[in-house]
Amino acid sequence: MEMETTISLLDIRPIIPELTLICVGLILILLDLIVKKKEIVAVVGIAGTLVALFGTYKLYGFYEPQVAFGGMFVLDGYANFFKLIFFLNIILTICISMKYMKIEKASFGEYYSLLMFSTTGMMIMASAADLIVLYLGLELMALSTYILVGLMRKKPRSNEAAIKYFFLGAFSSAFLLYGISLTYGLTGTTSLSGIAESLNALNIIGSPITYLGLIFMIVAFGFKIALVPFHMWAPDVYEGAPTSITAFMSVGPKAAGFAVLGRVLFDAFPAMQGQWASILIPMAVLTMAAGSIIALAQTNIKRMLAYSSIAHAGYMLLGIIAGTHEGLTSMVNYLMIYLFMNIGAFAIVIMLRREGFQGEDLEDYMGLSKSHPLASFLMLIFMFSLAGIPPTAGFIGKFYVFMEVINAGYVYLAIIAVVFSVISAFFYLRIVMYMYMKDPKQEVTLTTSPTMSIALAITAMMILIFGIFPSILLNLVRYSILG
Amino acid sequence: MTLPQLFFTYFAISMTILSVLVVTRRNPVHSVLWMLVLFIHIAALYLFLNAEFLAAVQIIVYAGARLVLFVFVIMLLNLKKEKTEKKYQDQWPVGAGISLLMIIFFVLIMGKITELPALGKYSIEAIQSEGSLMTIGKVLYTEYILPFEIASVILLVAIIGAVVLAKKRIE
Repeated sequence: MEMETTISLLDIRPIIPELTLICVGLILILLDLIVKKKEIVAVVGIAGTLVALFGTYKLYGFYEPQVAFGGMFVLDGYANFFKLIFFLNIILTICISMKYMKIEKASFGEYYSLLMFSTTGMMIMASAADLIVLYLGLELMALSTYILVGLMRKKPRSNEAAIKYFFLGAFSSAFLLYGISLTYGLTGTTSLSGIAESLNALNIIGSPITYLGLIFMIVAFGFKIALVPFHMWAPDVYEGAPTSITAFMSVGPKAAGFAVLGRVLFDAFPAMQGQWASILIPMAVLTMAAGSIIALAQTNIKRMLAYSSIAHAGYMLLGIIAGTHEGLTSMVNYLMIYLFMNIGAFAIVIMLRREGFQGEDLEDYMGLSKSHPLASFLMLIFMFSLAGIPPTAGFIGKFYVFMEVINAGYVYLAIIAVVFSVISAFFYLRIVMYMYMKDPKQEVTLTTSPTMSIALAITAMMILIFGIFPSILLNLVRYSILG
Repeated sequence: MTLPQLFFTYFAISMTILSVLVVTRRNPVHSVLWMLVLFIHIAALYLFLNAEFLAAVQIIVYAGARLVLFVFVIMLLNLKKEKTEKKYQDQWPVGAGISLLMIIFFVLIMGKITELPALGKYSIEAIQSEGSLMTIGKVLYTEYILPFEIASVILLVAIIGAVVLAKKRIE
């Protein structure tokens, strides 16, 4: 047969960043056996991630679109910007987890290695131009995250979180596969651009089965992003997981979910924009409402931040609903800002944890400003940013999303979003109020480490820089996505 | 009714009955054994679709590997109590309701299905000319090499996860 296909070495160039992370992950497992000090493992992990980051940037340039593996893998500004988010996410997570995992007595190489594999999965998702690659990337990310959530297996809370996350995640994977198989059955291809072509060529855009396949996929991505009504797992899992993993998964898988949602909707179903917008609009409203309102009743800060991250997913979804590439830009811009403010907030939560003290109750923050003014001030910045108060970056993120959704003609959605964002300001500011206006109930000592300080400095600085000079970030995002 | 239709009707009806048997048996081992029969029926359906490789995989992976896993889990969990308690078995009205809704939904959708032309590169003739195993093997190592390699990383993560969750000494 003359069906000869030669795979030259050149073909693996586009996936060198992913390969780097996988290699680093494997090296970390081996290093764990040799090295006694686990901090060294973590530092090697950070170094490896920086190499991968450099590779992503250097390989083809950041913005030039490249296609590899017969169109299954795409490298464009959109994918690369998401990869930047994932790299920052893993680096900051490693920074805030080094001391914490030691306190939790779960500091070992596999922890960092699984973070690498999970990030690899996210990167594959961001670059996927084919539903099979997308699905496998999603599973790689999810499987690693399930294990990380259940890492502290002696704690019932961690076990419960891992099992819940695993079952619901497997359930959502089934939905995704149903959606993929329906779409494949209709169009005869799993390539995203191929699906768009087939839908047009066969004239099946309005067909209920196409619609059904689309709905199944949105449901699956909704699970990963924690959109209402598929958010049930988030509070329990966020609460039960090790806090550093909560920080990691409140940004990483969510960003990856948005990456594939945007990619699938914009590349495979551009012709059905009206249909998918009509599904996403009620979801976005419900997500913002449930996230903002239920968070008011929480007394555990990790649960509160879980609902807060649900609400933020609702705001980001508005960028996709807008249905324009400018809307997508505002969503990605928001995600980048959300990365810094959310990880920053979780870093403070982690600092309160010390041996024999959980430090997860809101009341533990009472009077924190008296004993720890700097940490309280940083928490104030993160809370202001999450609430969307200028001059922090959170305001800029929300502002651009709302602006794009208004430009797309959904003025009422912007009004609803503003209302809920005012409601949500209450529980963010409650923490600030506790810190600055209440008397301490008990002595709280903070656990600090050099890497933690670095992470806090980076996150707080970025929030202020992007808040005061929004064009720095916005131009980068614009350039990546709009070209 | 042609012969294939007759066979399909037999398999469809018996698979429905078997599925009901799987979920209604009190004894979990009986459930698993009914599931074994169910899996073999599904494999037979694949044969009718000219997918002999899929049929073999169905038997080897599902009937062979997965059911053994189920039996292991049943052995590890002491299910004597669940057998007598009603706790897990009085949810059938909910299940029946959802099933009914699904049936109505699919009947509604059915009427709207329009016949589409055969799609994709791998038509029945193309696969039959060299056999499905050969076709899958070729495609897996050329066109789908990237997904294939990603799957290998997923398996690696599964191994690491099993070791971390089961063996690692955590205080």
